[in-house]
Amino acid sequence: MDAQQIGKGKFVVPIGPQHPALKEPGHFEFTVDGEIVTGASVRLGYVHRGIEKGAENRNYTQAMYLMERVCGICSHVHATAFALGTEKLAGITAPPRAQAIRSLVGELERIHSHLLWLGVAAHEGGFDTLFMYSWRDREVVMDLLEGLTGNRVNYSVNVIGGVKVDVDDAQRDAILKGVDFLEERTHHYIKIITTDETLLGRTVGVGVMTKEQAIELGAIGPTGRASGLERDVRVDAPYAGYKDFPVRLVTDEAGDLQARFVVRMKELLESYRLIREILDHLPTGDLTVRAPRRIPAGETVSRVEAPRGELFYYIKSNGTDMPERVKIRTPSLCNWASVINLAPGYKLADMPMILSGIDPCFSCNDRLIKVNDRSVSQVWTWEDLRQHGIEYYR
Amino acid sequence: MEMKLDPPWQRALEQIKTWARVNSPWVIHYNSGSCNGCDIEILATLTPRYDLERFGIKLQGSPRHADVLICTGPVSLQSRDRLLRIYEQMPEPKFVVAVGSCGISGGAFQGCYNVVGSIGDVIPVDAYVPGCPPRPEAIIHGVVALLQSLQKKDAAPQSVEE
Repeated sequence: MDAQQIGKGKFVVPIGPQHPALKEPGHFEFTVDGEIVTGASVRLGYVHRGIEKGAENRNYTQAMYLMERVCGICSHVHATAFALGTEKLAGITAPPRAQAIRSLVGELERIHSHLLWLGVAAHEGGFDTLFMYSWRDREVVMDLLEGLTGNRVNYSVNVIGGVKVDVDDAQRDAILKGVDFLEERTHHYIKIITTDETLLGRTVGVGVMTKEQAIELGAIGPTGRASGLERDVRVDAPYAGYKDFPVRLVTDEAGDLQARFVVRMKELLESYRLIREILDHLPTGDLTVRAPRRIPAGETVSRVEAPRGELFYYIKSNGTDMPERVKIRTPSLCNWASVINLAPGYKLADMPMILSGIDPCFSCNDRLIKVNDRSVSQVWTWEDLRQHGIEYYR
Repeated sequence: MEMKLDPPWQRALEQIKTWARVNSPWVIHYNSGSCNGCDIEILATLTPRYDLERFGIKLQGSPRHADVLICTGPVSLQSRDRLLRIYEQMPEPKFVVAVGSCGISGGAFQGCYNVVGSIGDVIPVDAYVPGCPPRPEAIIHGVVALLQSLQKKDAAPQSVEE
């Protein structure tokens, strides 16, 4: 990390893309006046791989595997969004049991993601003890996911028309036992984040975002809900199993970093309740319906609530077994505006906390954005994009 | 800076260096285009259940302090130069562990327009850990296997052609 002088008494502090704080590459430049940050910018794209274009060369089954690898933390929601969209195009609906299992795995994934975030955020604040404790407890839910699906990450639960895995009695008991343990731990964490003096000093009144700002900056997910924004796709437009198992919205009015901690931890409690309810009332029946290989022509939009906020998929089919266009809009991308706009006025030492406060996921948000000139229509071929990539990063 | 001593002393110095390196390698982690799955598993190996630090392995922030580069994911066009730069900044002798299927062959992203290829296409790799993502146990096994191989032979200096 080095600083470069511009003007009088002002420095630009470049951070990244390889840096000790976050484990993923992202480049930030903070203009500082002494200790106080006066401006911030972000450069993304280090993990842009070309997944959307890649999906056009794969059939729907293969594309599903690719979509799971958009993001390793929330792989299940990506596959769920893709499967729900494709099912809508094909005119089929997965059986109720499959929908419930989708929601079940989705909630387990939310638990793992929020516990992971709690650890990383605490680590950024210099509270490594909490990092180690929360990651130790996270192993409990990783074991549950592994027992259920066979893999710790990238579970590959969804297929078009249903799910691959079933929940038997032994797994059900294991999940209930694990959830009981985690609930007890979560109450302990809520006590820590609301009473621990060192953590309160780092979080209360830092990175405050009002409800108006949250709407203006397009904040979504727990970041928006911590500012009192009542928005959750699971509540607003229930999908998969959430129609039968409604979710209670968790919001907070404070809008600072501490509120983001509290909202995520309370969402954990809500996930535990939901998991118990799903397991108690798991519908019986088939796991899959037959899906056609060629998906009828058409276009559709599917929205799901990822651990970080609303995940949006646009799928266009041309009647063959490969999608014509897949557009993904991930929650992390929407929340960047809040970081860039909230950072000025706070100390440089608060930046890692504010950055991690939105739970950024770079592998999700590194997408190619082309602002379209409406007068010309252009279709990018594989070669065009490759050439564009080489030229752009030269 | 290379110290030149009489051959027996030089040999003894090399043995001490290898002993120190094997007992406490400092590791740097870079994500060159991975989906994050391998990265969280690497982080999980540091936490209490797996506890990589019991082997004396420490995760380091700066490439200039690191002996081992743990690299995940296929190499994207934009992070290629950065990966090379990090590799160049590491002091000799240096070792690279490629974690995950993508690091080995490009994995699911093989042939995507913004992907250069595997990590081995850009920098020399000493150990590969397969899996999508590999389990923490596998990552530990990979790093420990690398350390054991260092004990056997004195590491030859490597450099990257660019």
